[in-house]
Amino acid sequence: MKKTKTIGCEEALKHLLAYLDQELGSAKRRELEQHIEICRSCFSRAEFEKLLKTQLREAGREMVGASLEKRIKTLLGRF
Amino acid sequence: MMPLQLNQEETVTQADDRSSFEEKVIGLLDQLFGAAMRLVKNREDAEDLVAETVTKAWTSRRSLKDPENFRPWIFRILTNTFISDCRKRAVRPQTETFTENPSDAETAFSLFEELHQPFLLWWSNPEKEFLNKLLREDLEKAVDALPQLFRIVVVLSDLEGFSYHEMAGILKVPVGTVRSRLARGRGLLQKALWRHAKEAGLIKESKKSSERFYEKDKNDRL
Repeated sequence: MKKTKTIGCEEALKHLLAYLDQELGSAKRRELEQHIEICRSCFSRAEFEKLLKTQLREAGREMVGASLEKRIKTLLGRF
Repeated sequence: MMPLQLNQEETVTQADDRSSFEEKVIGLLDQLFGAAMRLVKNREDAEDLVAETVTKAWTSRRSLKDPENFRPWIFRILTNTFISDCRKRAVRPQTETFTENPSDAETAFSLFEELHQPFLLWWSNPEKEFLNKLLREDLEKAVDALPQLFRIVVVLSDLEGFSYHEMAGILKVPVGTVRSRLARGRGLLQKALWRHAKEAGLIKESKKSSERFYEKDKNDRL
């Protein structure tokens, strides 16, 4: 198995958001995961960013009122 | 009679077309409305934006080549409609004062760096406590305060979960631009949350992040 390169905090933080967005290639992802496992500071940072992202997602959830659904259905009925 | 038959077929196809279109739209309505709410910031305008989006999507439904792409396709219509509505209303898109290239001060701002206290014992976690104190309203306000250009990418990514590639398609910009707008948008968002939290008294006055950064336990950083 190929040995994973060891990266430092600066490199890890540079790629952290792309990692959380699931946008990192597998090699970079492994490097970052390995760094996070051994670095307490970056581990906490990753946990923090992840939680903030989840909270944002939840805050963005909206329930459509019955009136909009009705309006859209009426609109589509006319086509 | 031939013409009548043709008409009937057309009508049947149209009805099928419409019911599958309607099913897709209704399935995405909460998401479309959620994004619209953060873009226009009030229910009434958000409902109008969704209705306008659905109308445009129906009219240009033939332009959708791959049905699998329905979701990014209709979100592209939503964002385009939003941007052109802003222009029509002569609301200057707040982009003039913002260049595409993020400045270090903005992208480098990190709430975590402001809140984290490396010398605390493991069970104390001020940054998590801070997030737990935040209300939905606080997060909404912080998103709403973002300049339009950055708000759109934050909404598409963090709220709607689109990939960088999908966002590049939605906004018709290179993936690198998506990345830099997102980095900047998130930096600004964290700054806004920080400011808001200070004003609301959620956090006590603290040292500047730069001071804290340098005094951070060197063994804590690799």
